[in-house]
Amino acid sequence: MQNSDIISNIIRFIVVLLLQVLLLNHINFLGYINPYLYLLFILLYPFTGNKSLLIFLSFLLGFCVDVFADSGGVHAAASVFVAWLRPWLLKFSFGVSYEYNAVRVSKGSLSQQLTLITLFVLLHHLVLFSMEVFNVSHILLVLKSTLFNGLFSILVIQCVILIFSRNS
Amino acid sequence: MQQILFFFIRNKNFLLFIFLFAISFFFTVQSHSYHNNKFMTSANFFSGGIYNIKSGITDYFGLQDQNELLLKENRRLRQLLGSRIASDSSAIDSLPADGPFAFASARVINNYYARTKNHITIDKGRNDGLEIDMGVISSQGVVGIISSVSANYATVQSILNTESQINAKLEKSGHFGTVVWEGTNPSEVTLIDIPRIAPVAEGDIVVTGGRSTIFPEGILVGTVSAYELAQGESYYDLTVTLFNDMTNIDHVYIIENRDLQEIRQLETTIEDAE
Repeated sequence: MQNSDIISNIIRFIVVLLLQVLLLNHINFLGYINPYLYLLFILLYPFTGNKSLLIFLSFLLGFCVDVFADSGGVHAAASVFVAWLRPWLLKFSFGVSYEYNAVRVSKGSLSQQLTLITLFVLLHHLVLFSMEVFNVSHILLVLKSTLFNGLFSILVIQCVILIFSRNS
Repeated sequence: MQQILFFFIRNKNFLLFIFLFAISFFFTVQSHSYHNNKFMTSANFFSGGIYNIKSGITDYFGLQDQNELLLKENRRLRQLLGSRIASDSSAIDSLPADGPFAFASARVINNYYARTKNHITIDKGRNDGLEIDMGVISSQGVVGIISSVSANYATVQSILNTESQINAKLEKSGHFGTVVWEGTNPSEVTLIDIPRIAPVAEGDIVVTGGRSTIFPEGILVGTVSAYELAQGESYYDLTVTLFNDMTNIDHVYIIENRDLQEIRQLETTIEDAE
């Protein structure tokens, strides 16, 4: 990673964290639907960056969200989970040699981006809501929350990537 | 030995993942048990401070509504005071100075209501005399119970938390039950364990029961909007619509029971005697 990469990642970490805990956690569209934009940090982390560092940073990010939301460790668990799965998810959506072909997520085609975001968001939300509800008899509530929150998250994350991707 | 080292190096990401996941899992389980979530809550210096700054900005948007609520409450209290003076002016001095309950006010700086285990953060803490297990109400009814305190902030386990259990009764007949939350609708809670013999009707008022040391008797909870017999057919499950709009609370009161120490001491001496 170059210096500029490190700085932009630190800024991204702080921005998504504050956006998430101060604004997006309080949207409560239709009563319970919130987008989880902080996944953007895990998504946009450089492809060639250190994977162990990403897992640790994801834990830290999720944990900060948890502290603000008083939710124990549910966000941390879900974030660590997708950060660990990230190489396989990237391989699935960007092809085997993703590390050499595409330098960043926004360089991929729209369908590649959408596949990646969908996989990321659904896996993350499934872990998140299973941990939060923590009750097998409420499995329908978990699936319902995963689906509706997931659609909202996918929409918001895709929009942010489209808006902020550099065209050069 | 080399083999083991290679194994660790090869699987270091997986091991790191498992380690951090286990920590998160531990925090999650711990947060589910009521009394153990003392560290890592939003009542700490860092997140409490940020929430305080945020609420300093966003509070202006709700000023009008909150002012109207406070005015309404003032009017109600003034009426109460007026009727008491008018009806029995000689008795005022002979009343006890005040009961065992003391009230303090606080403001909500962060409020969650859309999840299954909701917490509220308020801007008073240990320095203001707050302790774990004090009750929190608003002008319209029960809000929750303090679950953790730091020096200047405290978190409240909301009534909208599937772990919350609050003793309550039907105002008319005085039958006791427990208020729990099903985790779906932020304006409705369920009153369980009301015996079948109790006369129940839609629109009945539910108030706190006074059997716990946390809330005084007679604090408003809500009105009965639906009821049905629970499994086993000997108890009612009552759906109660809250008086409080839990999605919009700002000013709250914390209830301190001055006799709590005495009651606790008494109860422990009985337990010790057994």
